[in-house]
Amino acid sequence: MTADSRNFEVRVPISSTEDVIIARQQGRALAGQLRFSPSDATLIAAAISELARNIVKYAGTGEILLHSDTQGMLMIIARDEGPGIPDPDAALRPGYSTSGGLGLGLPGVRRIADVFEIVSNSHGTTVTVCKSQR
Amino acid sequence: MAVPILKDADVLIASIQSALTDLDLVGLRDALVEQVSTYRTRGVIVDVTALDVVDSFASRTLRDLAHMIRLRGAQTVIVGIQPDVAFAMVQLGLTLEDIPTALDLEEGLRFLGARRGR
Repeated sequence: MTADSRNFEVRVPISSTEDVIIARQQGRALAGQLRFSPSDATLIAAAISELARNIVKYAGTGEILLHSDTQGMLMIIARDEGPGIPDPDAALRPGYSTSGGLGLGLPGVRRIADVFEIVSNSHGTTVTVCKSQR
Repeated sequence: MAVPILKDADVLIASIQSALTDLDLVGLRDALVEQVSTYRTRGVIVDVTALDVVDSFASRTLRDLAHMIRLRGAQTVIVGIQPDVAFAMVQLGLTLEDIPTALDLEEGLRFLGARRGR
């Protein structure tokens, strides 16, 4: 099943830092509806914030898709058609950054994810994160 | 959305009112660093009670803010980190390193007062 055939509850186009806030607020609201704890909803919002910021910073535009399954798992997909991540493995190491940051964004998201996947090439990047309820 | 900065004796208090964009956060950092000299400030309190999320950019910007203000000769304390925000920061591996924190505005003022031996 491809990402496009899934039924996404929320689709947030990302092209500015204001959109980063909209995306994380939508994520928090959906997590609340799915009965994630307020702490986990905040964690999900923070993860979405990292992923959406990377879109703005590295690709300019893209989108955040949020999807839940019948088990209450929340799936976050961040995708763009930007230049791609030159070295996705390095991008997951704490301290690695090409932007002058501290490189704690993606490694942090991977730490909290139950499923984490990056597909990146010269046509764009898709990051998939799944978070289940404890 | 600009963050209001209040002056109380020799302390500046920046009270964040809502979620902030990256640009707003950087604007707050620059405004505080600037105003430390304008008002000959000894202490700065940043109240983040209303901040919905502290992610890697926000934690880095708060750290930078405090370090820059320290280089200007004043002391910063971050107050009001909510329990859920603290939980998420720890899970994500984000820290404020050596930047002092306090429970709320009142404790922040007490902390700055104690440091100056009041």
